[in-house]
Formats: sequence, C-alpha cells, structure tokens
Amino acid sequence: MTTLTAPRNPATGRRHHAGATRRGRRRSTALGLLAWAVAVIFCAPALWMLLTSFHSEADAATNPPSLGAPLTLDAYRVFFGAGGGASPWPPLINSVTASVFSTLFVLVLALPAAYALSIRRVEKWTDVMFFFLSTKMLPVVAGLLPVYLFAKNTGMLDNIWFLVILYTSMNLPIAVWMMQSFLADVPVSIIEAAQVDGARLPTVLARVVAPVAAPGIAATSLICFIFSWNELLFARVLTGVTAQTAPVFLTSVVTSQGLFLAQLCAASVVVSLPVLAAGFAAQDKLVQGLSLGAVK
Amino acid sequence: MPRKTRKVPGRARVWATRAPLLPALIFLIAVTQLPFVATLVVSFFDWNSLAPDKRSFSALSNYGEVFSDPSLRDSVLTTVLLTASVVIVSVVLGLLLALLLDRKFLGRGFVRTLLITPFLLVPVSAALMWKHVLYNPEYGLLNGGWAWFTGLFGVDGAAQPDWISDMPLTAVAAALVWQWTPFMMLILLAGLQSRSAEQMEAARLDGANAWQMFCYLTLPHLRRYLELGVLLGSIYIVQNFDAVFTITAGGLGTANLPYTIYQTFYQAHEYGLASAAGVVVVIGTIVVATFALRVVSSLFREEAGRA
Repeated sequence: MTTLTAPRNPATGRRHHAGATRRGRRRSTALGLLAWAVAVIFCAPALWMLLTSFHSEADAATNPPSLGAPLTLDAYRVFFGAGGGASPWPPLINSVTASVFSTLFVLVLALPAAYALSIRRVEKWTDVMFFFLSTKMLPVVAGLLPVYLFAKNTGMLDNIWFLVILYTSMNLPIAVWMMQSFLADVPVSIIEAAQVDGARLPTVLARVVAPVAAPGIAATSLICFIFSWNELLFARVLTGVTAQTAPVFLTSVVTSQGLFLAQLCAASVVVSLPVLAAGFAAQDKLVQGLSLGAVK
Repeated sequence: MPRKTRKVPGRARVWATRAPLLPALIFLIAVTQLPFVATLVVSFFDWNSLAPDKRSFSALSNYGEVFSDPSLRDSVLTTVLLTASVVIVSVVLGLLLALLLDRKFLGRGFVRTLLITPFLLVPVSAALMWKHVLYNPEYGLLNGGWAWFTGLFGVDGAAQPDWISDMPLTAVAAALVWQWTPFMMLILLAGLQSRSAEQMEAARLDGANAWQMFCYLTLPHLRRYLELGVLLGSIYIVQNFDAVFTITAGGLGTANLPYTIYQTFYQAHEYGLASAAGVVVVIGTIVVATFALRVVSSLFREEAGRA
C-alpha cells in the first residue's frame, strides 16, 4: 500500500465547510450530467444501429440521416427468412449448441479442478494456477493449422461438436481462475461435515459446494457463454455450411446479397442480443473474468 | 483399485487431492499444448498443401522468410502499431470515464450500462457496424452527421471523406478503441473503488486539493490496475482477427499477424510459412505475457495474503 505523501498546502489552509459542500454539490451535479452526456455520445453508434434496424431500407440509407423515419419490423422479417435469403436459424442454433455445451463441459471440468485448487489445496497449487493462465496467453493462431489439419483428417471439419471441444479448452482456464476465487469463499467446515457424513467428492460438489458458490458459478457460465458465442476465427476456419455459427453467418449476410443496411443492423442486433443480456446480467463478474480473476 | 491404494495411505491421500484436478489439466494440455508443438514442427518444413509431394525439411528458412518478406514484416509492424495505439488510447479514455463514474450521481447504474454496451456487442457485429453504418462514405452516420451539422451553418456539400480508404489503420483502430475503452474503464473503476476511504479523507483534511490527491494517492494506487489493463489489453488486441477481417479484410496495409497467418495458410496454403509466423507471434506474446503474469501474480499474492 502506498503511504500518504500528499503535502499540506499552507496557502489554502482549512476549507470553509458550508461553502465547500454547496459548491461541491453543484459540481457533483455538473459532473453527473457530463457523465450522462459522454455515455450517450459514446453509446450513440450502437443506439443508432438499433434505430436503423427498425427503419425501412430506403430510410436507412439516407444522407443526412433520418432520425424520425417511421419504424417498421421489415428488416427483422427479412432477416428471419421472409425475404428469401438464407435462414438464420441453423447458424443461431449452432451457436447456441456450441456455447451451451462448451459451457457445460467447462463447468464439469473446472468445478473439480477449482475444488482441488481452493479447498483441498494440492501442493504447488499456484504453479498449477499459472499454468492454466499461461495457456490463455497462447495466441489462437499458433495452434490453428494443426487443429485444422486434425479436423480435416478425422472428418471433423464442419462439425459443431469439434467447435464445442475447442471452445471448452478456450474457456477452461478463465473458468478455473474465476471459480477458484469463488470456491475459496465456501466455508470448509460445511464440507468437512458432509464428508464426516460419508459423502464422496461428486456428492460434496453437487450438494454442498455448488449451492453455496452458485452466484459465482452462474457468472462464470455467462462469461464462458459470451466468449463462445463471439468467437469467429475457429468458426470461420473449421465450419462450412452445416456447422456455421452466428458470427460467421453475420459476415455472410453482407457479402451474399449486397448491402442492405437495415437488414445488417437487424442481424447484428439479433446476434448480439444473447451476449448483451448475459453481459448486463454479469456486469461485475465480467471484469473479474476478463482480467483472469486478478481483479475482484 | 481402491483396495490397492488404501495400503499406502500417504500416497493415496496425495492422489485423492490431485485427482479432481487431472481431467481439466490433461484436457487442456491435449487441446492447447499439443497443437502448438505441432505448429513448431511444421514451421521447420517447406510445406505447401497444393504441392504435397514437395514437403521437405527446411530448417529455419521459413523463419528467414518471415523476417525478410516485406508483406510479413509489414504485418509485424502493423500489429505492433495497432496494438500499441489501441491500448494507449483506450486506457486513457477508460481512465477518464472511470474517474467520471467513480462519484455517485443520479442514474449511475444506467450510465455504466450504456458505457459497457460497446464491449458487449458481438465483435463481428461491432466491426460490421463501424464499416457500414458509420464509415460508409455515402450514407454512413459519420458523413451524414457531418453534412447535417455543416448544413446548420448553411454550408452545402461539406467534405465527405471515405474513411476506410483514406485512413484504413485509423479506421480499424477507432473501432477497436470504441470496443476496448469500456473494458479498461471497468478494470480501473474496480481499482478506484478499492481505494481506502480513510486515506482520502485524511488527505482532504490535510488540505490536499483534488489534483494533488489524484497525483499522490489515486495514481499510485491505480498503477497495478493500469498495468493489468495495458497487459491484458495487449494480449487480447494482439490476437485481434474480427475487426481486421471485417472492416478491411486485411487490405490497405491493415493486415496484422493473426490475419496474415490466417491468409497464409487458409488461402495461400503455405503451411510451413504460416506456422513459422505463428511461432513468432507466440514468442512476442510470451515476452508480453511474462510481464502480465508478474502483475497478475502480485495481485494474486495480495489476495492470498488477505484471505
């Protein structure tokens, strides 16, 4: 911790209290308004995209922009297949499959590992923790080619389950780190009590540890879900027609049919919606997950 | 099996402790470490998948090519430039936003939610949005907004730049800054809120002004969090593929290493060369990651000490 080094300022002396608070309050209001303004401007592109997705194609492509154009669901209708383009359902279902199952697999692998690292404390546990972390720092492109060749030679190309395995490995390190810190908060006494009663590890995990650490496990799951849902590089290289995921589909919305701005916006909104929902739900834990458990 | 291990209780207990860890560990080694070893091996071969018969051991010649091929060398430079500029700008903006959000005001939760929205958009949709909704020279929001603004002053036909072709790297960087500023803000906000209130109060009573408190108290306290933000940001942004792929498709001098590697093996089928470039990225990342691990481990140790 830093020690107090701020020098006294003899010129200003003590503050005049009543005046300072009133001035402080006014300044605080001004800064609050500034924060609002900055936030709206910063978020404006996303809000504009949302608005455009409810415009007709003709209104979407005007210059200057038409803020008050009539709202319509046409773009969404076209996106969901009424307009004759490729249906977004198979890619969306693939993304759900890849994200949900990889998240489940991560939980199955990470929960016992985190238990060993936080409650049972294997020897040299910090080394193991850092090994997990170091795999996350290995750039994806460094393993892409062998993974591609493996998939090609084993007939796993364009197979959603192959992506599930890769996404599991992609999220496992983060999940172990996050869960280690959540499980450390579980009181050891209740685990010991269960063990005295004769419960074995799977029972202890499912009946004692999981319920207590449930909020942390939920946050970890949401973060794994988000990462899997967002992934593009593996999905782009390893999938084709049948296993195509939503982000890959999104890139093809533009190229295959020319540029329809409202439709593109609608597609982006639909594909982003699950992540936005998960992200808003896990706001606080999101930082912890992304900073690999270093910031609580 | 259990009966056998029960005879050596010490060892059995050690393995009982380790056992829950093993599935995760073995899985991770198999899926992440083995492919890298394979990449390392392939990088020593002259291997183009379109001419599979000519595959041969070529020692370090792929590495020679990575460093001598101007386009590959350019992509190394682009990667460094893109990563450094995005990280620096987003850390500075993130710090300003975090300071703004650190105090209580009406609707702070909602403002925070608005500010993190860019980070929660699917990266591809954010990149597509920048490319088509904002940068489009004919009806993008940037030019449209500019035309509307100048129109207010009676100026007709204001300049309408084609953002992506006029300033491709800046265009990609701006989109990435927009996405990563919220991440930096969240980390730094966590840092700001872990400051000791007593210390701040003591400094205030001692007559320190806001600027002095920022320089002597807040900034030193934030150092760790700034380091963490910079290093994690670097690790994530060095690997960026989505924005480069979507906005410029690597054209106009914006191809970074991940994109170049993707292209080298996926389109040019140069397996050996792509692998060598991949190994170079790993070496670069290890340098950054070594620092990152040190920062994380110091925070980690602090955490363990408190527990």
